[in-house]
Amino acid sequence: MTGEILATGGESAAPLRRTKADSPLKRILAAFFEDRLAVIGLVVFVLIAAFAVIGPWIVPQNPYDLAQLDIMDGGLPPGETSFSTGGTYWLGTDEQGRDMLSAIAYGLRISLLVAFVSLGCAITIGVTLGVVASYFGGRIDSLIMRVVDLQLSFPAILIALILLALLGRGVDKVILALVIVQWAYYARTVRSSAIVETRKDYIDAARCLALSHRRIMFRHLLPNCVPPLIVVATVQIAQAISLEATLSFLGVGVPITEPSLGLLIANGYDYLLSGRYWVSIFPGIALVATIVAINLVGDRLRDVLNPRLQK
Amino acid sequence: MIVYLMRRIGQSLVAIMVMATLVFLGVYAIGNPVDVLINPEATQSEIAATIARLGLDKPLWQQFLIFVKSALQGDLGNSFVYGRPAVDIILERFPATMELALVALTLSVVIGVPLGVYAGLKPESIGGRSVMAGSILGFSLPNFWQGMLLILIFAVLLGWLPAGGRGETVQVLGMRVSFLTWDGLQHLLLPALNLALFKMSLVIRLARANTREVVTQDYVKFARAKGLSTRRVVLVHVLKNIMIPVVTILGLELGSMVAFAIVTETVFAWPGMGKLLIDSIKLLDRPLIVAYLMLTVLIIVTINLVVDVLYSFLDPRIRLSEVKG
Amino acid sequence: MRKVSTAMAAALVSATMLTPATAQDGELTIGLKSEATSMDPQFHNLSTNTQVLQNVFQALVEQDATQSPMPQLAESWEAIDDTTWRFKLREGVTFHDGGAFTARDVIYSVCRIPMVENSPSSFSIYTQQISDMRAEDPHTLIIETDGANPLLPVESATWAILSAEAMGAEEELTYGPDGSCEGMGEVPQSGAFNDPAIAVGTGPYVLDSFTRGSEMVITRYADYWGDAPDWERVVMRPISSTGPRVAALLAGDVDMIEQPPIQDIPRIEEAGFKIVDSQSNRVIYLAMDQDGEAPGLGGTDGKNPLTDAKVRQAISLAINREAIVERIMGGYATPAAELLPPPMFGTSGRAVDPYDPERAKELLAEAGYPDGFQITLGTPNDRYVNDEQVAQAVAQMLARIGIQTTVDASTASQFFSRRNKQEFPIYMAGWGAASGEMSSPLKSLVATHNPDAGLGVTNAGRYSNEELDSLLGEAMKTIDDEKRSELLQKAEGVALDEWGILPLHYEQTVWALAPGLDYTPRVDQYTLAYAVTKADGEGDAE
Repeated sequence: MTGEILATGGESAAPLRRTKADSPLKRILAAFFEDRLAVIGLVVFVLIAAFAVIGPWIVPQNPYDLAQLDIMDGGLPPGETSFSTGGTYWLGTDEQGRDMLSAIAYGLRISLLVAFVSLGCAITIGVTLGVVASYFGGRIDSLIMRVVDLQLSFPAILIALILLALLGRGVDKVILALVIVQWAYYARTVRSSAIVETRKDYIDAARCLALSHRRIMFRHLLPNCVPPLIVVATVQIAQAISLEATLSFLGVGVPITEPSLGLLIANGYDYLLSGRYWVSIFPGIALVATIVAINLVGDRLRDVLNPRLQK
Repeated sequence: MIVYLMRRIGQSLVAIMVMATLVFLGVYAIGNPVDVLINPEATQSEIAATIARLGLDKPLWQQFLIFVKSALQGDLGNSFVYGRPAVDIILERFPATMELALVALTLSVVIGVPLGVYAGLKPESIGGRSVMAGSILGFSLPNFWQGMLLILIFAVLLGWLPAGGRGETVQVLGMRVSFLTWDGLQHLLLPALNLALFKMSLVIRLARANTREVVTQDYVKFARAKGLSTRRVVLVHVLKNIMIPVVTILGLELGSMVAFAIVTETVFAWPGMGKLLIDSIKLLDRPLIVAYLMLTVLIIVTINLVVDVLYSFLDPRIRLSEVKG
Repeated sequence: MRKVSTAMAAALVSATMLTPATAQDGELTIGLKSEATSMDPQFHNLSTNTQVLQNVFQALVEQDATQSPMPQLAESWEAIDDTTWRFKLREGVTFHDGGAFTARDVIYSVCRIPMVENSPSSFSIYTQQISDMRAEDPHTLIIETDGANPLLPVESATWAILSAEAMGAEEELTYGPDGSCEGMGEVPQSGAFNDPAIAVGTGPYVLDSFTRGSEMVITRYADYWGDAPDWERVVMRPISSTGPRVAALLAGDVDMIEQPPIQDIPRIEEAGFKIVDSQSNRVIYLAMDQDGEAPGLGGTDGKNPLTDAKVRQAISLAINREAIVERIMGGYATPAAELLPPPMFGTSGRAVDPYDPERAKELLAEAGYPDGFQITLGTPNDRYVNDEQVAQAVAQMLARIGIQTTVDASTASQFFSRRNKQEFPIYMAGWGAASGEMSSPLKSLVATHNPDAGLGVTNAGRYSNEELDSLLGEAMKTIDDEKRSELLQKAEGVALDEWGILPLHYEQTVWALAPGLDYTPRVDQYTLAYAVTKADGEGDAE
């Protein structure tokens, strides 16, 4: 439900009219770039993603390699110099002597990796089931959609929390949990757009031509569902990052030796009140910047791709 | 209608049972609660006796049958940690969570609707844009991070509000509530705000979108043409029209509030059932975990059903159907 | 960046300038780390329960701040022979309902312990050796045990004494071991203890109310036999998160908190609050798998290097205990050489292993691992003070001598289950000696694994040495304190001389209190409300 409101901006979910959705990519891009906030969001996100990708080659330390940490450098405020290597800790260190800048670079990688891998898997599963449901209709449809309804009526955080409590900590387990709580959004989105298409003549024609089910579903039905999918995916990726951070904060997410942004924040929480704000605040800023940037982009995409709001 | 209701209830029962089964088996697989609960100086015979006392010596299928049998009679078993019925323990904590969720819900409507309507009426103004930007921020800030910032700012830096706990409570209808005392209200404010911010953003977007739709409708234009003040038009027509979707959505969101309270309660040490769940997971208190889930799922399912039915009464155009498109 | 940080720091400092509140007249509010699981003092053998319920229920013997046994409801005791004890009970003691305290109440209370239903951790481990109890007269009690048990007086401190009358015992009450007493009547179960008519003890406070998750309130008992406590009414609130607990103290919501996080102590002191601390009886140690093949090892060709004493010594020398204490524990810990901090009973006062990474590398090379190996270090992450951070620091130090260490941290419940299944080649854990003497850690941590005899129960590394076992066995039968101490010291020496277990540090327990209060810090980490006093010259502190 939550995801739906975010994806539609609160409009009651309505199928996209084909005429508008078919508008050329150029027009959509042009409309997108009209909004300054969205452009800022996009630029910030690209910068953050670039930092996450090349981070390991430019930051001074590999925070996952314990031999590179020195406990004597623990708890240094931003700008201090290392006792052992003589380097500067621009964002300070945590109590283990972990350089926060390096930790953020690596943490971002984990956070983005978890979000994007789970996105990929959830889309694949959700889209397949959604298209299948709309194409075949009948019992298959009602079975799949009943599972989707059921799944969506439970808060994602509750399901993920319980799953991870049972599975234990681990990057792979977090991804699995995120896929399980997210696939249903895509299934529902795809189905609601595809079902309109299935009633159209050309699908009937294709059926008459005895084209394979697979070909009809993925060549003809799917392309019509892309615009709403993109919108839902941007909203969901932000949600996934936020959910992963929350789970790690609650102590059921990624393992301590590979801290994501959420875990860095959680570790720093204990020190926040005592004045060592940098351990928690900087990863927090990185996390929030990432999510806000994605949401700004998603917000604009929604307006651009949703014909009902176009004047 | 009756058939529809029966089917829905049937489905929900299946969902609850599947969930309970999975969790029951899952918790069993994580570890042995006796390892945590028992005093480390205990001898083997004492450990064995404790395992037997908790019913953990039987094979899993037998434990499960016993669980199902007593669950059908409304007994979800005794908490391993507290030695008392799990349901009782959760119900002791239930009012705190409900109070928090309801206050948060109220806050999100009372603040969210006016802001959303305003943004919808003046979408291009600086104010309208700021409200929208703010709402993006509102659902971008992860719940726990927001909570930490609230504590840091209002409790630590400014010292205006307490950082956690529930404060003074009074007994109303057999339930302890804190919003009736000054001390309790102070304790309630930050966690409620924390829980409300996300939903508030939703309400803002919902109200804005609906307002924008409503103001283009003929009857509103007509009312304006008749010379009614903009304020009156908004108050009467727009609000009347958007309240139905807002209330529906919020009804459905109450369930997710209860779930998200897990995070808020952890950050603010609020003694509700979400915090109990986290503690129980740590102690592998299986009966409590299972009972919490069954209760929460029951709440969510019930709310969904009630909202659906109410909706069909409020808006005759909507017919209840099997699959919501 | 600089500017931001200064502004932030300034704001934090100004926040600490809130004036600390002093306790209201006659009322004390304490912020505790966790909450009792029941009001039944015999339900759960857990320090959280014991520390709050000792205000209401007492025992024959109490442990003072250093865990030495002191008379409480018993005025004196003596061993008549190896298996028979005589306790002289205090006269003139009354229960909260006015009934007089006699030997019958003691028999009833000990009888009830194995009869408590659903107990997650029963106190019966301290009563199962009792073969008979009888009253010579109303204030003289004879206790017989199966085999010699020098620890009986100390263990009797765990028997919470209930009123046989209030609990509904019959006139004729006879003892039988393991719940076979006769004349017990209908035994009230733990749920009944929320009723003040059942929850009747002899302690300085009467149970007033208990609201789960919020607070427990106790009020002063007017006819208490001992010195009246300083507070008319005490409210105990569970605040499990450390941040809010500190904030509650600083904001004046509570007058005292237990275990403030170490990193916040400077700030609490700056704000004018008082910090008291003492060494605890808890040692944090590393245990290593010495049971042949161990899981979680790499680069050793399938061998287990930890069976070699040289490797174990190398690990010990690689650890900079001073740095851990200084950096991770903020100075609130002491580097450890033994399994119990000296000068407690049975300690020898030996020297702490030095930090010598060079020698450690040599030892590794001598043992045939010049390039080190890979290992997984298990640790809980919510059980001991900064446990996960300590484990990470240890891993860091081991990495320096070539032992690449992965930290596997999990919540206590999962950690203990996995530890007991021997999933970790090396793990960090802690041990607090409930009895306050060396026999406790020796029995559990290093005695050969023999759970049926209650030996080596937590010895998941399976260290084993016959000499140690026989010395310990002898000590456990020796009633004479001096001889027993000597035997225990020798036994401990056996394990430590071959690095069978590596002590890291002794935790220090810290309390923070409002300026007008005083508390004698305790080694057992208990926060006892009745022992909190108004400081002399109250008011001057401000």
